[in-house]
Amino acid sequence: MAMVDVLVIGGGNAALCAALMAREAGASVLLLEAAPREWRGGNSQHTRNLRCMHDAPQDVLIDAYPEEEYWQDLRKVTGGITDEKLARLTIRASSSCRDWMRKHGVHFQPPLSGALHVARTNAFFMGGGKALVNAYFRSAEALGVTIRYGAPVDAIELTDGRFVAARIGAERIEARACVLAAGGFESNRAWLREAWGRNADGEWPADNFLIRGTRFNMGVLLKFMIDAGADTIGDPSQSHCVAIDARAPLYDGGICTRVDCVSLGVVLNRNGVRFYDEGEDFWPKRYAIWGRLVAQQPGQIGYSVIDAKAIGRFMPPVFPGVKANTLPELARALGQDEPTFVRTIETFNAACRVGTFDHAVLDDCHTEGIAPQKTHWARPIDTAPFYAYALKPGITFTYLGLKVNEQSAVHFGGKASPNLFVAGEMMAGNVLGQGYTAGVGMSIGTAFGRIAGAAAALAAKKGEHRAAA
Amino acid sequence: MPPPEGLTREAGALASGAPVLNADEAEVCRVMQICNACRYCEGFCAVFPAMTRRLEFGKADINYLANLCHNCGSCLYSCQYAPPHEFAVDVPRAMAKVRVHTYADYAWPPALGALYKRNGLTMALATAAGLALFLVLALTMTGSLLHKPLAGNFYAVFAHNLLVWMFTPIFLFAVLALTLGVRKFWQDVAPGSASGAAVAEATSNVLRLKYLDGGHGQGCNESDDEFTQWRRRFHHLTFYGFMLCFAATCVATLYHYLLHWDAPYALTSVPVLLGTTGGIGLLIGLAGLLWLNVRRDPERGDSAQNPMDRGFIVLLLLTSLTGIALLAWRDTGAMALLLAVHLGVVMALFLMLPYGKFAHGVFRCAALLKWTIEKRQPSNLQLSDE
Repeated sequence: MAMVDVLVIGGGNAALCAALMAREAGASVLLLEAAPREWRGGNSQHTRNLRCMHDAPQDVLIDAYPEEEYWQDLRKVTGGITDEKLARLTIRASSSCRDWMRKHGVHFQPPLSGALHVARTNAFFMGGGKALVNAYFRSAEALGVTIRYGAPVDAIELTDGRFVAARIGAERIEARACVLAAGGFESNRAWLREAWGRNADGEWPADNFLIRGTRFNMGVLLKFMIDAGADTIGDPSQSHCVAIDARAPLYDGGICTRVDCVSLGVVLNRNGVRFYDEGEDFWPKRYAIWGRLVAQQPGQIGYSVIDAKAIGRFMPPVFPGVKANTLPELARALGQDEPTFVRTIETFNAACRVGTFDHAVLDDCHTEGIAPQKTHWARPIDTAPFYAYALKPGITFTYLGLKVNEQSAVHFGGKASPNLFVAGEMMAGNVLGQGYTAGVGMSIGTAFGRIAGAAAALAAKKGEHRAAA
Repeated sequence: MPPPEGLTREAGALASGAPVLNADEAEVCRVMQICNACRYCEGFCAVFPAMTRRLEFGKADINYLANLCHNCGSCLYSCQYAPPHEFAVDVPRAMAKVRVHTYADYAWPPALGALYKRNGLTMALATAAGLALFLVLALTMTGSLLHKPLAGNFYAVFAHNLLVWMFTPIFLFAVLALTLGVRKFWQDVAPGSASGAAVAEATSNVLRLKYLDGGHGQGCNESDDEFTQWRRRFHHLTFYGFMLCFAATCVATLYHYLLHWDAPYALTSVPVLLGTTGGIGLLIGLAGLLWLNVRRDPERGDSAQNPMDRGFIVLLLLTSLTGIALLAWRDTGAMALLLAVHLGVVMALFLMLPYGKFAHGVFRCAALLKWTIEKRQPSNLQLSDE
């Protein structure tokens, strides 16, 4: 096979955006997806929307979401750990990329039920991220992008910061330019273990983590590039971590393993005590902190306990809750110490100051005289049947990545590589240093995937000229 | 491990007096529990919005949702939980497997519901019986299957009244059986009363095959994740072709009884034009549907139903083919033979109407009307955002 212009390593949203852009710019493109075809798409197959800037209503998006508001939201969720220039670049790109996405077969729809709070800011993919991935692969094949599945790149050949070839075991694949878009390292349990370390009780908390996404994000290339001296960004111990159902599968549990009843009841740890204000704020604003909260508990497990009053008020969970007609019965079913469990709930019940319950506002139902307090939606857990959901930390993605500039180029000692680019989760930390807000991962992946693809096509052309000269 | 544990559920259902789910219904229940926690497919069709109005899926809900499903396949290819994922979510297959139970369980008279279980065989027997009956009748009446040309006069072979007495009761029985079956289905899903707007929307959804458009207008899936309009087009040709043939029969009946114009009718007459156009539509539509059915991704739907699906397509195709052949050669000496074959096939088709694939149209329409009624009612859930 003749040397390709652009080699894309990865098979998720960012990789596909890069491959499509490079191909549209006239480059020959080879895309290497580590996963077999049936598992293609990385974490993108679990996504569902794109956070979009818009100054006026736009097809499925209502009202306006101007650049400044988007930027302030991003600044707030990241606590300022972001690069304003790259962040604004992402935001602006999100306002104009959807026609291009549609051209490649992506369909948008108004928000799903249960997600109306992002109707203004987020455009949903009809059928979710796997439908988007399918459409992009189909379009890429139609445009003549060569796709190989089950092709996990394990090493890169570099000469003075210039990409020369990629290696899959003994196989060597040369290209004029390359885009790395192979995801983070959240599927690599040994790495997570090392990053999270050991706690005071001698536990390795990461051993109890579940991975919400793909099993193929082993971080092989990320580690290789860091060892090769590429500039990095982000804290390896940081990851987007949500409390999910403890019965979820180890990998690919995705959206449906969430448990949305925390704010309607109480959460106890393994020792039968509460550890955080369950009613601090609306659930969409708080679900992302509960992963870390549970990770800090003994055994990295929590139990969300509700009563019959909560049924029908939260998104149905995928697994049925543990159900009991009395609190002692529930304690036994959960393997909890019965007197402690019952005492915690009864103390909570006695502390409730119930005003006018309203789950749609920060209501006046709260507790007094207990710690931690529950500041809203506090109602006694007293109406049978009672339900409990065991919670474990679920890792969505990691923040550690490679430092980039506005061309998405990989840097070595502050110097941009002429023909090696990076996109998606491998560099999202440049924009999203910590925290999360719905749909921003896809905004970053789409913006920088497209930038990297176009830049790689250009670099390949330049490389060709140089070779000819 | 995928939820929920079937045994626990069954025990609970027994204790509460709710109808026990069979294995295929339990699978829909399991799958819907997963889908209801995900909801990414809400934009494709009516199944998912109908699902979100529920937290639990009883027997009636399951049969309702199964018949709302058009087996378009969009949700399977988009599904992050489809095999090889351990949740093994395959909505179109789960729904297809329940649909055949719906037809059988609601069949009237109930004893004949068993005919769905080995539908290919049933259909073959019905066709053989229909053919034999008319071939023998033709022989008895004319002495020979080949004869001097009769200028297309069918009634010279079979008397008009004989045909009326043979087909009318069978047709009326088919209408009665399907009506009683779908009435029970309707009562079980308790949809409430239909407003004019609900009826109009459901009618439009039926006539346009709205839910084969993929939700985005590009069509449904067949052999892979590519969207195509071909199934919708072929089904339109089939449905409207069938209706034109039905209209031809109605017009001919009016001619006969009201205007006392006896068959045969000229090639340019209304009944013959309607029948010919409809017949050609049926030929193209059914050939296309059969081609798509054979090429369809085996992961989708329930391959155990292939004999029922393909059997019905072939029977309708034969009806159309023999009808057109009869028209083409009605002035020759083979008319009696062609007529006997055509009437035999039509007889088989009528016999099979309440106990074969045709039932899907009746239950689908009922489910679609139920949906347009239901969506106009306020939801009794107050699910807060995630």
